[in-house]
Amino acid sequence: MRFLLRRFGFYLTAAWASVTLAFVIPRLMPGDPATAMFSRFRGRLKPEALEALREAFGFTNAPLWKQYLQYVGHALQGDLGISIGYYPATVGSVIGQALAWTLFLSGLAVVLSFLLGTLLGLAAAWKRGGWLDGIGPPVLMLLGAFPYFWLAMAVLFLFGFQLGWFPLRHAYDDTLSAGLNLPFMLSTLQHVVLPAATVVAATVGGWMLSMRSTVINVMAEDYVLFAQAKGLSEARIVLHYVARNALLPNLAGFGMALGFVLSGSLLTEIVFSYPGQGYLLVRAVKSLDYPLIQGLFLTTTFAVLAANWMVDVVHVWLDPRTRS
Amino acid sequence: MRSLLENRKALVGLGILGVFAAVAAIGPWLVGDPTDFVAVPLLPPSFAHWLGTTAQGQDVLAQTVAGARSTLFLGVIVGLATVTVGAIVGTAAGYFGGWVDEVLSLVINLFLLMPGLPLCVVIAAYLPAGPVTIGLVLVITGWAWSARVIRAQALSLRQSVFVSSAVVIGESPLRIVLLEILPNMTSLLASSLIGATTYAIGAEVGLEFLGMGDLGAVTWGTNLYWASNDVALPSGSWWTFVPTGACIALCGFALALVNNALDEISNPRLSAERAFVRATGRKRLDLHAPTPVLKSVQGGSNAPR
Repeated sequence: MRFLLRRFGFYLTAAWASVTLAFVIPRLMPGDPATAMFSRFRGRLKPEALEALREAFGFTNAPLWKQYLQYVGHALQGDLGISIGYYPATVGSVIGQALAWTLFLSGLAVVLSFLLGTLLGLAAAWKRGGWLDGIGPPVLMLLGAFPYFWLAMAVLFLFGFQLGWFPLRHAYDDTLSAGLNLPFMLSTLQHVVLPAATVVAATVGGWMLSMRSTVINVMAEDYVLFAQAKGLSEARIVLHYVARNALLPNLAGFGMALGFVLSGSLLTEIVFSYPGQGYLLVRAVKSLDYPLIQGLFLTTTFAVLAANWMVDVVHVWLDPRTRS
Repeated sequence: MRSLLENRKALVGLGILGVFAAVAAIGPWLVGDPTDFVAVPLLPPSFAHWLGTTAQGQDVLAQTVAGARSTLFLGVIVGLATVTVGAIVGTAAGYFGGWVDEVLSLVINLFLLMPGLPLCVVIAAYLPAGPVTIGLVLVITGWAWSARVIRAQALSLRQSVFVSSAVVIGESPLRIVLLEILPNMTSLLASSLIGATTYAIGAEVGLEFLGMGDLGAVTWGTNLYWASNDVALPSGSWWTFVPTGACIALCGFALALVNNALDEISNPRLSAERAFVRATGRKRLDLHAPTPVLKSVQGGSNAPR
């Protein structure tokens, strides 16, 4: 419990730091980005609305500390301002749906990749020098060297355009109504196959290699030798003694890698026009939609923090040492 | 260094990197101007244009070669800068320990946790597009990875006898870090540099693919940006994006090979096992046998230094 509370404190600090970064960055930049940003609104926004937006971002004439407090207050209430590109929608409402799609896509891909890579690494290390140990790591290493979005382009080109096996864009068939009905759910699954597969292909090698090396280390431990001396079955030794202990360091790496994987899957979304955070990000960049860019940064960071918190909870559940 | 040249993985990796370095150095003079409109758009590969033409009618080979120069140059510079920042922060945290370490570790962990790409975009959106902006942004988001490993190593070296004696003698912290601590983690610094360069190339290409780079310049990232924004995929012109992607992957793969080889050389357990397998011709190792000890096979990596 102490461990979880301490980690929670750390994530709170991280959340505060990212909110503050978003406040500091525009003010550190050369020139006057605030003026540039608000001049893009001119003529499209009523003066009162412009004033409200300035306040949400803290770009008022008040002293800096007051601006900061105002800004943090708005951010705490979830008020991220108004999008320029999607005017008059608020940033929160624009991001809401996109965040759900991103979490669905990258959550699915990360979990699949982690499970698959861990199993492969375990198998490769257990049959050291076997065929899986021989060809697995170099092939996956080569695959992992491609940028995610390039793999996405190649897969889309091959299975989408040339073979026509999978849909080319979007997250579901436009003719279906969104909701909890079977055709819609099948359609989302069909649309998620290619993007998720590219992220899995690009990341599975890393999990496999790190699992392989921790398993090799764990297998040299005395308790594994003792388990063998007791005459336990091979399956029991692998699953209960080796895998459980080798998982822990890997799990810690899992939390750390989430941000990295998320960045990659944002780029993948762009290739498939998948309506998530990444797709929004590129539109925001093109229209210099600063409020939206900042909102995307904050929500993505918060999502990563929340996911890390969940990894910690799982860690406590798996590792009795953290509970004492 | 000699053991690096005896390792097969390292040789392959260094060979590939050498070819790319040569192409980046002299290639642009051998091919034409990459921005020239030389032929009909979207020609498939032929004798006149080995890798075909883009949707703008530019030569893909020339663009790939020119992209190698700008992309690899920036990648190496950013890699060096990233490791330098990481080494400064990491050794400071590891050497001084105490509250300095607490604060720096917190900052390192914060940067590790933050998703890189959105942070990059937030910063880059306010700066003029171009290689300087991209380089700066990548150093800001990338330094924490090397700082973390360097800190851990510096922390353990700080406990060693030779550092303690240097402290007792009264040498300055800067001198101890530069002459006692850093030289004793050369292989770690080298693998950090490789990791940082790999990251830099990948992230640079990603940012330019997003359209945050200088779209007038020819880099691997902008090549892919134009390939995806023109009609490359629907028109079936695979040659507009395959060569660039293959180059990026080959570079990344070669860097990973060298890194792997470094790991094998500096980790006595792995290198002893390799030497054992080579000397005895046995395919499989007994999992529970102790790490085999062979005395200086071919005067290689096991010889005492």
